[in-house]
Amino acid sequence: MDRSSARNDLLLMVVFTAAVLTMPIWLTPIGAGYPDLLQKFAIFGIFAIGFNILFGLTGYLSFGHAVFLGVGSYTTVWAFKLLSMNILPAVVLSMLLAGVFALAIGYVSLRRTGIYFSILTLAFAQMAYNLAYSVLTPITNGETGLRVLRDDPRVLDHMFGIEVGESLPTPELFGLRTIGYEGFYICAVFLIIAFFVAMKITRSPFGLALRAIKSNQIRMNYTGFNTRPYTLAAFVISGMYAGLAGALMAVTDPLAGAERMQWTASGEVVLMTILGGAGTLIGPILGAGIIKYAENIFSAFNEQSLHHTFSFLPEPLQNAAVSISTMFVGEGWHLTLGIIFMLIVIFLPGGVMEGFRRITRWARKPPAPRRAQKIQTAG
Amino acid sequence: MGAKTSRAAQGAKNTDGGIGRMDNIVLHVDDVFKSFGGLHALSDIDLQVAEGKTHAIIGPNGAGKSTLLNVCVGRLKPDSGAVVFNGSILSGRPPHEINQLGVARVFQTPEIFPDLSVLDNVVIPALAKRDGAFAIDAWKAMYSEGELKDKAATALEDVGLQEHMGQEGGSLSRGDKRRLELAMGLVQDPLLLLLDEPTAGMSRLDTNRTIELLQKFKARGMTKVIIEHDMHVVFSLADKVTVLAQGRIIAEGTPDEVRGNPAVQEAYLGGVHE
Amino acid sequence: MDSIVLQFLNGLDKGGAYALIALGLTLVFGTLGVVNFAHGALFMLGAFCAVAMQQLLTLSVQVKDESVTFFDAFKEVPYLEIWLGDFGTSIIAWSVPISILLAIPAMLLIGWVMERGLIRFFYKRSHADQILVTFGLAIVLQEIIRIWFGANPIPVSAPPPVAGSADIGAWLGLGAGVVYPWWRLIYFVFSAIILAVVFGMLQFTTYGMVVRAGMRDRETVGLLGINIQKRFTAVFGLAAVVAGLAGVMYTPIVPPNYTIGMDFLVLSFVVVVVGGMGSLGGAVLAGFLLGILQSFASMNEIKSIFPGIDQIIIYLVAVVVLLVRPRGLLGRAGVMES
Repeated sequence: MDRSSARNDLLLMVVFTAAVLTMPIWLTPIGAGYPDLLQKFAIFGIFAIGFNILFGLTGYLSFGHAVFLGVGSYTTVWAFKLLSMNILPAVVLSMLLAGVFALAIGYVSLRRTGIYFSILTLAFAQMAYNLAYSVLTPITNGETGLRVLRDDPRVLDHMFGIEVGESLPTPELFGLRTIGYEGFYICAVFLIIAFFVAMKITRSPFGLALRAIKSNQIRMNYTGFNTRPYTLAAFVISGMYAGLAGALMAVTDPLAGAERMQWTASGEVVLMTILGGAGTLIGPILGAGIIKYAENIFSAFNEQSLHHTFSFLPEPLQNAAVSISTMFVGEGWHLTLGIIFMLIVIFLPGGVMEGFRRITRWARKPPAPRRAQKIQTAG
Repeated sequence: MGAKTSRAAQGAKNTDGGIGRMDNIVLHVDDVFKSFGGLHALSDIDLQVAEGKTHAIIGPNGAGKSTLLNVCVGRLKPDSGAVVFNGSILSGRPPHEINQLGVARVFQTPEIFPDLSVLDNVVIPALAKRDGAFAIDAWKAMYSEGELKDKAATALEDVGLQEHMGQEGGSLSRGDKRRLELAMGLVQDPLLLLLDEPTAGMSRLDTNRTIELLQKFKARGMTKVIIEHDMHVVFSLADKVTVLAQGRIIAEGTPDEVRGNPAVQEAYLGGVHE
Repeated sequence: MDSIVLQFLNGLDKGGAYALIALGLTLVFGTLGVVNFAHGALFMLGAFCAVAMQQLLTLSVQVKDESVTFFDAFKEVPYLEIWLGDFGTSIIAWSVPISILLAIPAMLLIGWVMERGLIRFFYKRSHADQILVTFGLAIVLQEIIRIWFGANPIPVSAPPPVAGSADIGAWLGLGAGVVYPWWRLIYFVFSAIILAVVFGMLQFTTYGMVVRAGMRDRETVGLLGINIQKRFTAVFGLAAVVAGLAGVMYTPIVPPNYTIGMDFLVLSFVVVVVGGMGSLGGAVLAGFLLGILQSFASMNEIKSIFPGIDQIIIYLVAVVVLLVRPRGLLGRAGVMES
């Protein structure tokens, strides 16, 4: 049994790696095979994996994780400005700083559980967002956003004799560019590492302790566990994941703005995790992918393209169909998102992964579940 | 750490003087007072639990048994007095520290991990026993923890749940949940096991099985404090019985002594009216 | 001195809005046990009742502008003016108070539909699920409003007699220069009246007694044979109306757009937490306290000492309260303290 679990994990890892690396191929038929979108899949996948370690495993619903995303982005742009256009120092520093922020915010917020915890994280996120727009403007450059300039110091680059050309310098990884497919593959490698680490955590005694905390924290204390450091560790780890995601956002597009820290951004990662399936390994990545893909598809529609889509209908019907569906596409995408999200929470709290499980169970042996249920209610 | 060394010391004492050193006091409840508002829940409680013995605390409803237990595990802080376990004061310590000292508790209403498998429910306390109150071993895989799982499986066999190991804890029947609780306490091989009405709501058959099981562990030298309503359980298991009424100790002695005590009969007859 | 009085007044109207929203939030939490993230959306819907009323009253027709003689010019004239003349004009001018008449039934209906259609299925689910589903609902509601009314803030004007400023300097003997907008004073008085009405209902009616008992101890009231959830559907309606009215009256102060609900929601939650989850008096006290605190924090003298304090003061207070006194200012011991 033990050996087969290890083999299953290895298999999962291999399949996952292969699937991620071949994304440009198998996503092309559905129109998602271009680098910008693929990068988003990978980056938000990392964000959601990390969030899941806190929410899915440990059971703490944070409404402030966008802060760490923002910290990651700002740190990365500052690293580009002060140190080097090489992304390695930027990414490392971003994760460290996001970790420090998570340690501070988590230390305070985790003194409470349940909705009080959610509200504390929300309060911290709002503080960070408001400060980024006001007093911290020297660091964040306020509404304009922080960007790389031609005459920034870049100490490390100068030390190694890398000179700036006529145009704005762009981020790179030892000569690899961070845009286009190269940019995607850089993000993909980070995603694969992030997934591997999350898998290790989930399968470890530490991960089991986190799940037990979610299941019954008070019992955990009476069982001999000091749960506070466990939850704090989970918080910091997920904060560092968010920091990495924020760093990669700035790597693929070297600009950082405070809107990244708004609480709606925190809400988005909650949506992704729930939609895919909180507490599962693959779910959050699926959720991130589905939301970013749908966003891309839905936002791209406009009235003209809708008329084209519905052109097979007779004119009056066509107009009706178009006027109804315009509400849900383009800028109306958020309406669609809200509705999908409500439907998931109401009918499928386990997310897409739960849906898969139900389907496979149903497909394997149709009469069995009903009988099992009867026995359960009888007992 | 402290728990382990003191346990070793206890073990050594046990082997050298089985007869001469009978009364090695493990748990000492010293002059404990506790009141809620104006109500004296516990007054002047003095209790000594000897190593390897099963000490039963009985009494009518509202006598303060659960309060006493909660004081012992640090859930309630006494107004005055102290609870001393193996030389460490328990009062005021957080629950996890008390557990790490070697005191395990079995709850009256089953407190389990409903979302985890039955096996994992027992692996968790075993993990706490092995790795302490906090350890980030995120790089080890659970499926390589064969030893831990064997230990948990043995505990589950002891309580007769071996066939439910893969099931979710929450899906067990109420009686099975109580047995799972018991396994969670036993797997830690605690120096002191506190049992809060371990057979309440169980069938006669299950009660007898539980008694047998607890007798088995008694033979292994585990000290137990047991709160119980069921006199059958008390007289089958206890070496010493303390009777509480209205927050005071009214009698103490061997089961037979207590059985014959008129004050006890009075308290119980009075208890009927409550 | 002048500026202190002004800041105090500034805090009162904002505090009134916080108190009204937080009151409903804590009422629903206390009786139904539901954490409603869509409560801010109710405030927003109320505000858009005022907008809708204004748009309805100013429905216009194009008529030829007689004052222009060189060419054919057209101007928009509201039907009401055509039908009713000057009286029509003044009806339009008083659209905000009039929209209260629309808002009460509309918000009752919305509250009822929300509770029967969605919230009641979540009584038994975890707080996290409640937060998530109402968060989704809030997004849906605000997007519907955006589709209907657009994304830009829509100015709504106060009735002309109270559109200007009150010369409070003369009243309080502070000198002639100190003036304060009438409408903000009215908002404070209005919120005080609503609060008094709600508290009166809870205090002096049988139903109110049951509600208060339910907030104190849901289990016991349930044991008394009172079906809490069925009984308290009306509480949700009441909370919706209060939030809606707070929104209606707020429109002349800040032109509403579709995100105004979310902005107020986060603050109101903080207010509820500071006041004590499930404590009605606490919500009101904390609402006004935080409103006043916020306006003092935005004084230049204070901002020069603690830059940015006006942006974070409320959240800072919330963090401190949650850590030092988790039950909140007036919360009872043991309620959601863990």
